[in-house]
Amino acid sequence: MNDTLTTGSLTVKIIVLLIAALLLFAPFLFQDIRSLEVAARICVFIVLVASYDLLIGYTGIVSFAHTMFFGLGAYGAAIALRQMGPGWDAVLTGAVAGAFVSLILAIAIGLLSLRVKAIFFAMITLAAASVAMVLASQLSQFTGGEDGITYKAPDLFKPATKLAVTDDGKVARLFGVRLNGKLAAYYFVFITCLVLFLLMLRLVGSPVGTVLKAIRENEARAEAIGYRVVAYRTFVFCVAAVIASLAGTVYAIWLKYTGPDTALSFTIMIDILLMVVIGGMGTMYGAVIGAVLLVLAQYYLRDLMGSAAEALSNVPVLPFILEPDRWLFWLGIIFILLVYFFPQGIAGTLARKGDKA
Amino acid sequence: MDQLRMTLERFGGVNLLPVAVAAVAFVLIGAPSSWVTLTVAGLAMGMMIFLMASGLSLVFGLMDVLNFGHSAFVSFGAFVAASVLGWLAGWLGSDSVVLNAAALFAAFTAAILFGLAAGWFFETVIIKPVYHDHLRQILITMGALIVAEQIILAIWGGTPMNVPRPGFLEGSIIIGDVAIEIYRAFAFLLGLIVYVALFATLNRTRIGLLIRAGVENREMVEALGFRIDRLFVGVFMVGSALAALGGAMWAGYETLITPALGAELMIVVFIVVIIGGLGSIEGTLLGAILVGLVANYVGFLAPKLALASNMILMMAILLWRPNGLRPAVR
Amino acid sequence: MTLLSLKSMQTNIDQYAVLHDVTLDIPEGGVFVLLGRNGAGKTTTLRSIMGLWKPSPGSVHFRGRDISGLHTAEIARLGIAFVPENMGIFGGLTVQENLVLATANGSFDQDRLERIWRLFPALETFWTKAAWSLSGGQKQMLAVARAIIEPRELILIDEPTKGLAPSIVDAMAEAFREISNNTTILLVEQNFEFARALGRDMAVIDDGRIAHTGTMSNFVADKDLQDSLLSLSA
Repeated sequence: MNDTLTTGSLTVKIIVLLIAALLLFAPFLFQDIRSLEVAARICVFIVLVASYDLLIGYTGIVSFAHTMFFGLGAYGAAIALRQMGPGWDAVLTGAVAGAFVSLILAIAIGLLSLRVKAIFFAMITLAAASVAMVLASQLSQFTGGEDGITYKAPDLFKPATKLAVTDDGKVARLFGVRLNGKLAAYYFVFITCLVLFLLMLRLVGSPVGTVLKAIRENEARAEAIGYRVVAYRTFVFCVAAVIASLAGTVYAIWLKYTGPDTALSFTIMIDILLMVVIGGMGTMYGAVIGAVLLVLAQYYLRDLMGSAAEALSNVPVLPFILEPDRWLFWLGIIFILLVYFFPQGIAGTLARKGDKA
Repeated sequence: MDQLRMTLERFGGVNLLPVAVAAVAFVLIGAPSSWVTLTVAGLAMGMMIFLMASGLSLVFGLMDVLNFGHSAFVSFGAFVAASVLGWLAGWLGSDSVVLNAAALFAAFTAAILFGLAAGWFFETVIIKPVYHDHLRQILITMGALIVAEQIILAIWGGTPMNVPRPGFLEGSIIIGDVAIEIYRAFAFLLGLIVYVALFATLNRTRIGLLIRAGVENREMVEALGFRIDRLFVGVFMVGSALAALGGAMWAGYETLITPALGAELMIVVFIVVIIGGLGSIEGTLLGAILVGLVANYVGFLAPKLALASNMILMMAILLWRPNGLRPAVR
Repeated sequence: MTLLSLKSMQTNIDQYAVLHDVTLDIPEGGVFVLLGRNGAGKTTTLRSIMGLWKPSPGSVHFRGRDISGLHTAEIARLGIAFVPENMGIFGGLTVQENLVLATANGSFDQDRLERIWRLFPALETFWTKAAWSLSGGQKQMLAVARAIIEPRELILIDEPTKGLAPSIVDAMAEAFREISNNTTILLVEQNFEFARALGRDMAVIDDGRIAHTGTMSNFVADKDLQDSLLSLSA
């Protein structure tokens, strides 16, 4: 279905390319700190959500432990940078350690529960994720507990770093943008995320991806044909876990802070779920669309809701509805309606459109 | 070895596990009075969790429906009961035990009625459209959980809420040097009564027969002429009401509740259901008691490990029996 | 008179069409045998009649009434019993409970119960035993007993002799002969010897289509036809 080029799937691809272009030129197009923050968060979440889509969209299994892996990567980098000082060796150590622990955990959870019943898996990952959250807040000598950890990123990413200098020794500008460490940090995030995303696209397009689709369509049949369903699922779970962990590392380097709220909280898990469902499961491109929409909404719509509620404070009911604290309530409702009526999400629904024409 | 196993089976097999855990804990703890207190606390906690978990287990067994929103019923039960107790503070404060008990009864009844109504709504509106589709079921019930938690936040606010207790449940009974909190004994008794009632319904009535048969083979029960889906609504409502009752009990036990209560308990409830084996209330009771005991013993012996102890227990049991201790016969 | 008629029934399981065009009239009384190779669609035909899978398009008429839109439970209440291939025994329930469940109102008709005990004495012996502890043959007896504990118009039986010892197969044949005196049986069978001894009318299904219908005596006489349709003489 996705392989044939319909007008719908073409639209999806054009939208995704457009997003990629906007992200590529983001520092030049939106020259303020907050926009760059948003762009970096979008990059990281695209990878995070796409890796989750590998699981939910391509094998039909639901995991609630994805933030746990994200958090492992983030805390790995954070602890390494804190203990070893800002350097590339620390980044590498953190990334490898986080990915390795994620891999081990994913194998353990996968072998323990994927063999039994797919629905056990959801429950067990939820339990594992909650234990991880508790551990992070209890082992405060390593993790900083609820406060989290602040640390320095490698020198290259310091705002004071000059990538290029003018003749008089000042930071050079390109189209009015300072060529400093902040810019380098953004492009580090962008390129790493792009590479990870392309890797996942490659995986989905490979023969492995075809088997995964067969398993998703009809598990019993795939099993009967001779595919080892459990092995494939465990493999995908491991890949998704490692990629989520790497995304966590990248985000930790960008933020220069890691704490339960940015890396481990259940809210992030809910965000991922919302993004993948809104964007469209099992398409990869859906992850891009979902992540962009939701991050934008988080940063801008919430403020808008707040000011709207204030402006309408004299009108009955409306301020209550628009209250920024009600944000998650409305997202929840939208989420349920989407799962009922548009289970394929934006990307899936768009791609379908061309089919009929 | 086989002989040993046979002997163990005759005396109850896996049912002996809580006894074994208690015996090991007795040796490790050393002080009998502490051990009794912890055991009573563990049993009381286990019974309250059993109330919350039994519905989830039966609902899954009967219809293959896993409701991630189940913990919303627990939260709502706790807050509804706490509010009713708050309104009836006058009755609670009076010297009359009858008025005390009436307030408690009103609170529990409110929680149960709410659970029945919410269960009906959940089953018919939220879950019915996605029978047989696990992926969407998990997503939709998760979405419903988010919405339910937001509703609780909107109604009761985010600050912790005090739960008044009736006077006659305060304090402890002292036997020798052992102190037993009255509320814990009460929680244990109430849980036991519910268990016996459930057990009798399942094993002595025609509806119970239908439920047990339906858990094993839904299609065949339908081919014998029974509408399982209609039975299921009833089971779902009762399960939700029990969860709400469990939440109400829990509110009185903790005396200070926050909207996060449901989410925290959900993990424990899941672990209990997985340990016990889906679809059987005997298994759920066994799992709940085990979790309650282990949580209390470990909390005393190695407080740092307390929160991970349930997880470790689950892992160990799944390695030993991948389908849980006492799953319904399939 | 026609009891059950299937009209160009087509059933899909997931995306795969299992039944392409099943059209069949089953007369009232006696044993009607449905033969066919593995995977020809025999079980799917029975399940579609029972409403466990929905045929679309196509329809099922029982005594002239279209029942294809009804719920399985409603179809069962019309007097159609189903004995599935895996027997559908409730292992955690006792023999007694299995049978009680199959009664319309929870109580036994003493005559029918004694008839069952006469047909299958083992069931009386193991009356209070859990059904999972029964042997394969006893489970099959229980499954058949469940189908006749109430008066039925039609019993659908899916491969009742599969994996059973010869002596039990004989007992089963005896029981079916007796049951068919007052109830129509639609029997799906691979065991041709068993089927030919019981069947009056028969049909062969192949690749989701009815390939042949006729009387059993004609079919038994026509060796060429058997070979071309079943090639199961081996």
